Amino acid sequence: MSDALFEYLCRLGDNTLVLGHRVSEWCGVAPVLEEDIALANTALDLIGQTQLWLGLAGEVEGKGRDADRLAFHRDAWEFRNLLLVEQPNRDFGVTMMRQFLFDAWHVDYLKALTESSDARIAAIAEKSLKEVTYHVERSADTVIGLGDGTEESHARMQDALERLWPYAGEVFHADAVDEEMVKAGIAPDPSSLRPAYDARLAEVFAEATLTRPEDDFAHKGGKDGARHSEHLGHMLSQMQWLQRAYPDASW
Amino acid sequence: MSSPESSPYKDSEASPHGETRKTEWPLWEVFIRGQHGLSHRHVGSLHAPDAEMAIKNARDVYTRRNEGVSIWVVEAGHIAASSPEEKGALYEPSNDKVYRHPTFYDIPEEVGAM
Repeated sequence: MSDALFEYLCRLGDNTLVLGHRVSEWCGVAPVLEEDIALANTALDLIGQTQLWLGLAGEVEGKGRDADRLAFHRDAWEFRNLLLVEQPNRDFGVTMMRQFLFDAWHVDYLKALTESSDARIAAIAEKSLKEVTYHVERSADTVIGLGDGTEESHARMQDALERLWPYAGEVFHADAVDEEMVKAGIAPDPSSLRPAYDARLAEVFAEATLTRPEDDFAHKGGKDGARHSEHLGHMLSQMQWLQRAYPDASW
Repeated sequence: MSSPESSPYKDSEASPHGETRKTEWPLWEVFIRGQHGLSHRHVGSLHAPDAEMAIKNARDVYTRRNEGVSIWVVEAGHIAASSPEEKGALYEPSNDKVYRHPTFYDIPEEVGAM
């Protein structure tokens, strides 16, 4: 059980870590100052949540690894994040679409986790939920604004949706780890969140004048670490190099 | 989106009355109420495509550290401002009429913020 729980907590923490790092890559180069600050805030929220999830993961594992150790001293194949969050930023539209596709799931998932049988998990979910409620409001509004914007912004948002769509479905696919969490009352059945997700997307895409792709094919291999995309390794080499070059360096 | 180059904003004080460039977001002034009981105070300005996003941007730019309980935004062009030439008439009170200035009593501390 503690192995599965460790694995499960790494999934939660790696999602927020990898997405947080991706979003932080916009710091200083976002299209406008206001978005730059908003994106940096989102990244900081996600990194903060990472500290809680990976901190708990290290505790559960009981081998003396803390959140930093887990974040900076694991290799790509040990990461358990969704394929969606490791996808590169590309243009601002792709970044915001990726954010929305993640936030739309994240907010309902955290809501469900506040009822977790594990009080520590429920407490982290409760704390994160406030931040993520704002994230999804913001990313949904931006998807609507750009989707229903100019010809150029609309075309870019539709492209972004089509590019990212094959990565959106992975999160609803349950495996042995998920099943164990469901059995223990720790986490909800991943597939149970799909109808609410589809409904939220339908509403936002209608307002954004975007067309959801028909094919729901979903790549797998992120959350079990079996087949990360080539982008993760590049990202980690950037994120981890300092701790790898100067182990245990601190401020 | 606004762009890094500056150009005058529609209806704002400094502008000749040209159109806002298509690629630019309008300017908004932001007012934040720091605590219940205090009034909203001007904290700065920002760009946003509409009022809703202006409030969101204000939240990100100005209230990340629990600074506020309420946010107002108003498009800069909608603020009517006095002109500097009227300074004398508007702001220089007759200092010989001492009764206009409430300096003869202390406000008890229990009253709190006024």
